[in-house]
Amino acid sequence: MTDTLRALMGATALTAVALAAQAETITIATVNNGDMIRMQGLTSHFTDMHPDITVEWVTLEENVLRQNVTTDIATGGGQYDVITIGTYEVPIWGANGWLVPLDDLGADYNIDDLLPAVRGGLTVDGHLYASPFYGESSMVMYRTDLMEAAGLEMPEAPTWEFIREAAAAMTDRDNEVYGICLRGKAGWGENMAFLSAMANSFGARWFDMDWRPQFDTEAWSNTLTFYLDLMTNYGPPGASNNGFNENLALFQTGKCGMWIDATVAASFVTNPTDSQVAENVGFALAPDNGLGRRGNWLWAWSLGIPASSDAQEAAKTFIAWATSSAYTELVAAEEGWANVPPGTRTSLYQNEEYLAAAPFAEMTLRSMESADPTSPSVDPVPYTGVQFVAIPEFAGLATEVGQLFSAALAGQMSAEDALSQAQELATEEMEAAGY
Amino acid sequence: MARAVTTQRKIVFTALAWGIGLMIFFPILWTILTSFKTEATAIADPPVFFNFDWTLENYQVVQERSDYMRYLWNSVALALGSTFLGILIAVPAAWSMAFVPTRRTKNVLLWMLSTKMLPAVGVLYPIRLILIQLGLLDSKIALIFILMLINLPIIIWMLYTYFREIPGEILEAARMDGATLKDEILYVLTPMAIPGIASTVLLNIILAWNEAFWTLTLTTVNAAPLTAFIASYSSPEGLFYAKLSAASTMAIAPILIMGWFSQKQLVRGLTFGAVK
Repeated sequence: MTDTLRALMGATALTAVALAAQAETITIATVNNGDMIRMQGLTSHFTDMHPDITVEWVTLEENVLRQNVTTDIATGGGQYDVITIGTYEVPIWGANGWLVPLDDLGADYNIDDLLPAVRGGLTVDGHLYASPFYGESSMVMYRTDLMEAAGLEMPEAPTWEFIREAAAAMTDRDNEVYGICLRGKAGWGENMAFLSAMANSFGARWFDMDWRPQFDTEAWSNTLTFYLDLMTNYGPPGASNNGFNENLALFQTGKCGMWIDATVAASFVTNPTDSQVAENVGFALAPDNGLGRRGNWLWAWSLGIPASSDAQEAAKTFIAWATSSAYTELVAAEEGWANVPPGTRTSLYQNEEYLAAAPFAEMTLRSMESADPTSPSVDPVPYTGVQFVAIPEFAGLATEVGQLFSAALAGQMSAEDALSQAQELATEEMEAAGY
Repeated sequence: MARAVTTQRKIVFTALAWGIGLMIFFPILWTILTSFKTEATAIADPPVFFNFDWTLENYQVVQERSDYMRYLWNSVALALGSTFLGILIAVPAAWSMAFVPTRRTKNVLLWMLSTKMLPAVGVLYPIRLILIQLGLLDSKIALIFILMLINLPIIIWMLYTYFREIPGEILEAARMDGATLKDEILYVLTPMAIPGIASTVLLNIILAWNEAFWTLTLTTVNAAPLTAFIASYSSPEGLFYAKLSAASTMAIAPILIMGWFSQKQLVRGLTFGAVK
C-alpha cells in the first residue's frame, strides 16, 4: 500500500468520524393526534434547515407514553430528547427538576405571543418548562338543524338549564337521536376532566384551602345529580363507556344533538369527509350556572425536554421550530389554514385567513380565555388546574373517583353512594400523602 | 365399542363448534374488514359488513408513515430468538425433572410457575436500571433474554408434561443398548417428543410475538417490534379506527399465517401426549 493511499484512507476515516460526531439524533416521543402526525410529516423541512440533526419519532398510546416517559425520567434512561406532555404534568415535573427550562428558545420564538392562560399553565417559578404545540378548551357543539326543529335558539353563552331544556327537546329515541352526549368513561382525563370542569360551574371544587376533599358538599351533589339526570334521560345508551372518540363517532353520525367536549373536535365535526353533519354544526361557550365560572377546561399538548436528555440543545432547536409562528405558516402553506395547530398563540386569532378558514376559531379563543387554571372555581382553591389538580396524587385518585361516577352513570350505584365513597377515598389518599 | 353418534347430534355439535369458532374469530375478521374501509365507513351506524367501497388507502398511509419492515424484523428476531434460547435451556431442564426427579422437583416446578404470578410492572424499575447500567436499553439482545425468561416457566412445564408421558422404560432400553445421555436425548427422546416440542415452540413464538408490556416499555426505536407499531396508531383525540385496523392487520398477519399452516401440529401437540 502506498503512502498516498494510506493517507487518503486515513483522511476518509477521519472525515467519517467527524461527520458522525457532528450529526446528533433526537428522539421525540409523541401521541397519535392529527396535529402531531402532521408535524411528523413535515419533519423534512426541519432537517433541511438543520442537516446536523436527525429526528427519530416514537409514537405511543397516551397512557403508555406517560408511563414510559415517567419511568425514563425517574431512572435517568435518557431515551427521549423531546416529550409530548400536557398541562397536568408540566407544573409537577418542572417543580421536580425533571424538565429543562425553555427560557432561551431564541428571539424568533416570541414568547409574549403565547396565550396567557396557556403560558401560565406551563410556567413554574417564572420559567417556561414546555412549549405549547396545540391548546384546547371545551365548548358546546350542537346540531343547528335539530335546534331549529326544536324551535330553540342556542345562546352564545348557555346555562345548564338551557342545555337540559334543549336536550329534552332534541331527544328522539325512536330515531336514535340523543339530546346530549358527554363523557362517561372512567379516567382522570376522561369523565373526570369533564366533571371537574362542570363542577367548577356549579361552585364545587376538589379541595378547600386546607386540602380537605369536598365531595360531601351540596355543590358536588348538585353537579353529579344534574349530570346523571341529563345523561340518563337524554344521553345515548351505554354512555358510561363513552370517551372523546366514542362521542365523536356518535356526533359525526348524527346521533347527538349536543356534545360538550374539547374545542379541537370542532375541526373534525365540520370536516365533510368524515362527518355526516358537517354542514349543521354550531358552537357555543360551555354552560354556566350564573356563578361566574363556566364548565370549560384548559389543556395544551406541549413539547418539553427531559433533564436526562443528552441532546438538549438540538431538542431546543426542534421545539423552537415546531412551536413557532413560522411552523404555523408552514402548515398553512402545505395543508391549509384550517389544519394549523390551534390554541397557543394570540397572533393566530388575529390572522384573517385563519379566522375565515376556521369558523370555530373565535369560540375556541373565547373558551380558552375564559378558563383560569389559578382560580378555576367560585371559591378559592389551593391548587392550579381547571379540570385537574396539579399534584402527583391526582391521576390515581381521580381515576378511582371516575370509576365511581362511571358506575353511577351505569346505574350500579346512586349519586349519594358514589359521592360518599369518593369523599372517603380522597380523604384516605390525601391523609396518606401527608396533606 | 365406540359410542354411536346420531346424525342430528353431529349436526348440532358441528354447528355449535362453528358458531363458537366464528364468535372467537369475529373480532379479527372485523379488524380486517375495517382496515379496508374509509374512516367514515369504519364508524358507520348501523355497521357495514361487506357492502362498502373497499379501499387500500389505510395500508398506503400506514406504509408511508411507518417503517413496517423494521418492526416486523424486530418481532421475528425477538420471537424466534427468545424461543430458541428458551428451548435450549428448557429441554435439559424438563428432561431432568421428568426422568430424574428429586424430592424437590415438584417445589421447583411450582416455584417456577409462581414467578408468572408476579405483576410484570413490579420488576420494571430494577430491570430498567440493570439495562441502563449495561447499556442495553432499547436493544434486541436484552428483550430476547427478558422474553425468554418470562416464557421459560411455560416452556419447561409444557415439555415436562410431554416428557412425563414417555415411558421411562423406553429410555432405559436405549441405555441398556449402550446409548449415551446425548444419544438418549437426541435419538430417542426428541423424536418421540417432536409434536410436544413443536407445539411448545409454536406457542412460545405466539406468546413472544404478542408480548406487549416489556416490548412497549423497554424500547423506543431500535428494538421496537410490531406491538409498538400498533400502539402508535391508537389515538386519544381523533378517529383513526381504519388506520389502526390496517396496522393491526399488518401486525397479526405473519403470526396468523404461521398459525394457519401449523395448526395441525399445534392442536396435536396441545391435545395428545407423546404415546397416545
